[in-house]
Amino acid sequence: MYLQKLLLTNFKNFHEVEIEFSEKINCFVGNNGMGKTNLLDAIYYLSFCKSYFNLMDSQNIKHNESFFVIQGTYVKDDNSENVYCGLKQNQKKQFKLNKKEYSRLADHVGYFPLVIVSPDDSEIIIGGSEIRRKFVDSIISQYDKVYLDNLINYNKLVFQRNSLLKRFAESRTYNKENLEIWDEQIVPLGNEIHKKRSEFVDNFKPVFEKYYKFISLNNEKVGLEYNSQLSGNDFKKLLSDNVEKDRMLQYTSTGIHKDDLVFMFDGFPAKKFGSQGQQKSFIIALKLAQFDLLAEIKKFKPVILFDDVFDKLDHLRVEQIIKLVSDNNFGQIFITDTEMQRINNVFEKVKSEHKIFNVDNGAIIMSNV
Amino acid sequence: MNTFSSKLLEDAVNQFAKLPGVGKKTAIRYVLHILKEDNVQVMDFGNTIMRLREEIKFCKNCHNISDNEICEICSTNSRDKSLVCVVEDIRDVIAIENTNQYNGIYHVLGGVISPMDGVGPSDLNISTLIDKVRNREIKEIVLALKTTIEGDTTCFYIFKKLKEYELNVSTIARGIAIGDELEYTDEITLGKSIINRVPYSGVHA
Ligand SMILES: Nc1ncnc2c1ncn2[C@@H]1O[C@H](COP(=O)(O)OP(=O)(O)OP(=O)(O)O)[C@@H](O)[C@H]1O
Ligand SMILES: [Mg+2]
Ligand SMILES: [Zn+2]
Repeated sequence: MYLQKLLLTNFKNFHEVEIEFSEKINCFVGNNGMGKTNLLDAIYYLSFCKSYFNLMDSQNIKHNESFFVIQGTYVKDDNSENVYCGLKQNQKKQFKLNKKEYSRLADHVGYFPLVIVSPDDSEIIIGGSEIRRKFVDSIISQYDKVYLDNLINYNKLVFQRNSLLKRFAESRTYNKENLEIWDEQIVPLGNEIHKKRSEFVDNFKPVFEKYYKFISLNNEKVGLEYNSQLSGNDFKKLLSDNVEKDRMLQYTSTGIHKDDLVFMFDGFPAKKFGSQGQQKSFIIALKLAQFDLLAEIKKFKPVILFDDVFDKLDHLRVEQIIKLVSDNNFGQIFITDTEMQRINNVFEKVKSEHKIFNVDNGAIIMSNV
Repeated sequence: MNTFSSKLLEDAVNQFAKLPGVGKKTAIRYVLHILKEDNVQVMDFGNTIMRLREEIKFCKNCHNISDNEICEICSTNSRDKSLVCVVEDIRDVIAIENTNQYNGIYHVLGGVISPMDGVGPSDLNISTLIDKVRNREIKEIVLALKTTIEGDTTCFYIFKKLKEYELNVSTIARGIAIGDELEYTDEITLGKSIINRVPYSGVHA
C-alpha cells in the first residue's frame, strides 16, 4: 500500500500543488516555515480524517481562502483508491473514498494505516504517565475491540467510586456495602485490562529492543517495563487494603489507572538520564515497533511519517534508520529535513529508491531524478 | 436577558425555561402562545398542573404514579402478582405496557444508583422490593433497567440483596443496544426481549 499522488488546494500554506511520490522513501527538504510538516499533515488527514497538529479543521484552510481540498490516490492491493477530504468554511467536512461519502469518519480510520513520529512525541518519555497509557491503549484498541469497552467501563466505574468517596467525606458517613458494589465490578475489569497490557508489553518489548539496538549500533542497553500495582498483587485486596487512604484522598489510589511504562537507559530512567539523541532514538524505536504490530494486524504496511526525526541524531544513526526503513519489511516513508546536505549524504551511503522534494514557501520542486 | 417589557412575562418565561429541553427562545414561544389562548383554557392548563402536584399519588405497592392508593395495574385481578418487573421510572412502565407482552406487575425504583448524582441505594425503592420477596409474594423478578454502568450497578446490587432468597432473577434480553434507554427501544424489540428474558448472570459478563 502506498500513496501515489497528492493534490492540495488551499491547505495551510499551499495554494495548489500536485505531487507524485516514490513507493519507497520521500524527503521534503526546506527551511523553517516552508510547509514540510504541513505536507505530512495532509497525508495524516487522509488516514485519520483530521489534522495531527491543529484540531480546528477550519484553521487548516489557507488564510483568506474559503475552502481546502486534500486528495490522495493510493495503490492498495494493486487497486487505485481515491480519497477526498474537503472543507468549506462553516460547513461539515466531507470525506469520501472512491467518490462515496462516509457517514461515520471512524469507519475510515485504519483503512490506510499510518504511523507518525513527530517532535511532540518526546512527551511519551518526558510527560506524565497518562500519555504512556494512552500510547499503549491506542495500540491495543486497534486489535482488541473488547479492550476499549472494558477500559471505558472501568473508567466510568472508578469515576463513580470516586464520587462515592467524596459523598462519604461530605456527609461524614461510610457504607462498606455501597463501596463494595463498585469494587466488585472494578476488579474483574481491572484484571482483564492488566492482563491485556502485560501481554502487549511482552510482545512489544523484544521488537522495540531489536529496533533500538539497530539504530544505536548496539551502543546502549534500553529497558521497557510495565509497571502496575496489580502485578503480583490481588486487586481486590489492594482496594480493600487502601480503603482508609482512599477515603482520605477521596480518590481511588490503586488500579490500572495508575499503570505506567518505565523506560530505562543502561539501568537509569530515560526521562532524566537520556540525552536528546537517545530519547529521540527511543521514540523512533517505539514507533517502529508500533509499525510492526499494526502491519501484522492490518495486513498492510502502514505509511510512516518522520517529522524532523534526524535533528539531534548523529549521521551514523541517521544512516541506520534509512537502512532499516529501506528494507522490504517497511513500506512507504515520508521524511522532513531542513538540511539538504544531510539527506544527500545519507543516500550516497545507503542506496535506496527515493525522491527528494524541495519545499519552498508553498511551492514544491523535485530535486533528484 | 433584561429585555422583557414586563416582569410577569419574564417570570413566566423563566418558569418554562426550567423544563428539560426548553431554552429561552422556546419558552418565549410557549408563553406568547398561552397569551393568545382564551382565559378559560389557560385557567384549565394552570389548574391541571396544580392538581397534578397536589393530588398525585404513588402506588403503595409498586411506587408507580397513580390516582389511587393502589395503581390500576396492581389492582387488576388477572395480572400475575408473583412476577415483578423492576424498572427505573414510569416511562419504562409505559414502554413495557405498550408492548402488550407482559402480564406481571412492576416495581418502580425511582432512579438508578449513581454517586455522581448523589443517588445511593437508600434513595431508591429497594427495601420495599426486598420486603416483598421476604414475604414470599414473588416468584420471579425481571430486571429491566437501562444498560449503562449505573443501570448495571443497580441490577448487581439488587441481585446481591436477593441472593439468599429462593426466586428466579432474570434480565431482559440484551438485544437492546448498550447504553440505550428502555423508552427509546421499539415495541417489538422490547416485547421480544421481555418474553425471551434470560437468567441474570452478573455484570460485564
Ligand atoms: N491556514 C494557514 N494558512 C496559511 N499559512 C499557514 C496556515 N497554517 C499554517 N501556515 C503556515 O505554514 C507555515 C508552517 O509550515 P510548516 O509547519 O509545515 O513548516 P516546516 O517547513 O515544517 O518548518 P520547520 O522546519 O520549522 O518545522 C507557517 O509559516 C505558517 O504560517
Ligand atoms: Mg516542521
Ligand atoms: Zn402499583
